[in-house]
Amino acid sequence: MEEIQLLDAVERYIRGEMNAEELSYFEQLRKSNPDVDQLVVEHTIFLHQLNDFGDRKQFRNSLHETHTNLLDTGTIKEVVPKVRVIDALKKYRRVWAVAASIAGIIAITMSGLVTYFASPKSNNPALQDLRREVINLKKTQNEFSKKLNTSIENTKVPANADAIPAGTGFLVDGKGYIVTNAHVIRNAKSVLVQNLKGQEFDVTVVLIDKERDIALLKVKDSSFKSIDLLPYGFKKSGAELGEQIFTLGYPRDEIVYGEGYLSAHTGYNGDTLSCQITVAANPGNSGGPVFNKNGEIVGILSNRQELAQGFVFALTAKNIFRSLEELKKSDTTFQDIKVNINSSVKGMDRVQQIKKIEDFVYLVKTY
Amino acid sequence: MTTYTKEKELLKGLITNDKEAIETIYTENYSMVQALVVNNSGSTDDARDIFQEAMIVLYEKAKLGSFELNCQLKTYMYSVSRRLWLKRLQQVQKYSTGIVNMAEVVPVEEEVENHEKKNTEFLIMEKSMMSLGEPCKSLLEAYYLQKKSMTDIAGSFGYTNAENAKNQKYKCLMRLKKIFFAQHNNQLL
Repeated sequence: MEEIQLLDAVERYIRGEMNAEELSYFEQLRKSNPDVDQLVVEHTIFLHQLNDFGDRKQFRNSLHETHTNLLDTGTIKEVVPKVRVIDALKKYRRVWAVAASIAGIIAITMSGLVTYFASPKSNNPALQDLRREVINLKKTQNEFSKKLNTSIENTKVPANADAIPAGTGFLVDGKGYIVTNAHVIRNAKSVLVQNLKGQEFDVTVVLIDKERDIALLKVKDSSFKSIDLLPYGFKKSGAELGEQIFTLGYPRDEIVYGEGYLSAHTGYNGDTLSCQITVAANPGNSGGPVFNKNGEIVGILSNRQELAQGFVFALTAKNIFRSLEELKKSDTTFQDIKVNINSSVKGMDRVQQIKKIEDFVYLVKTY
Repeated sequence: MTTYTKEKELLKGLITNDKEAIETIYTENYSMVQALVVNNSGSTDDARDIFQEAMIVLYEKAKLGSFELNCQLKTYMYSVSRRLWLKRLQQVQKYSTGIVNMAEVVPVEEEVENHEKKNTEFLIMEKSMMSLGEPCKSLLEAYYLQKKSMTDIAGSFGYTNAENAKNQKYKCLMRLKKIFFAQHNNQLL
């Protein structure tokens, strides 16, 4: 009973409800009794917190009410706003498309030429090499500009060239968009992909995102049948530490399955674009998909660092989304690229999952 | 009225929970914040959360008695929302490629930090209240939050008199304090 009275007094003291006589008595008590003093301090904090809590709760309720009211009256709208710039782009869609494809052809051909002639020739002194390169470059530049004037067809691969298996890629959209690592096609003049059955398809390079090490290819062959819905989805949030993962890739001419787990959230030197996985991987696995147990793609195997240390790195799936978003922003012709989020092979056993998935993993070859 | 005095009035309205003030700030800033969040990989639900959290930051600032924003209310709301959304993105994705700026930004790091501290305290109190159970929760809310008199409370909660209600309130309060300080100290460790 005494305690109730004491607390009552404390509360009245804090609220300043005491009269002068009471106040002086209470302050005397507070000075002489440290327990009372402690109670006053503690209770002040507590009441303050409780008040804050009440105010904030009330304010939150008002916010919710306001939100609902304004939505009802149509003053605010819960819609995805369209960016005005895109509208302007749409207007000049064709002009942009033409400009972009010309720029693309020039970029790809030039990078191809440069890397082709940049390969060192060991017998010749460095100086001589350089000169020859300049002369060659001049020559080819002339040829190139002639070619460019005639038609786009000329950027196609010469029939007698040897295709070198370079890595793995996989469909990101059933319309023929294939994702791989940018480094897989780094020195390529031209790129083609081969499916499980050995069918080859010509592709155009749509995007090279060097920063994220992501490249997007588009199958241009008419023999390619587009797929409405891919069996696997893409998981934006990636994988958790210790989560089981599996990979499919072409370190040989044969598709190879690998199994492991996510061993670190970051990649080499704390790189946050990638994560570390423990799985058997060899050159050629680069660009291959990394799945979780539900058959959702959580990353792209990228082998970016020396395998000697036993570290395998995968780019997180988030990067694919980011690259695609940027591409869509910069070029409206790719607005129709859709990334499937739901995996239809969830819950199946691994053999069944692979059977469903393997058709959409490709061997990437370069010229 | 100049923008400056108008905004000052709005902030004053916020602390008294003035419907009109809340609605005005809401109407004038919501679509901007929504555009920010939605254009940076958020949903409309995220936009609502972020906007309302920014409103709370503004509310807290007003409560401290500072009606001087040093910038336009719109800029302030945008800056706070942007900071909050960046933080949220970082939590979810472990990294962020940054946000495309659509408007002017002023530094609000400190305020957002403070807000987070207060948020934790709010959550501790909310949790404590929840674990308290009925009728204690309603009883304490009636007395401390809605500031009802003990006589009123005795009537509506079915106690024979105010003294009885007071006894019950005391027991409840002691329990709440125990739970709250246990969690609070835990949090600080």
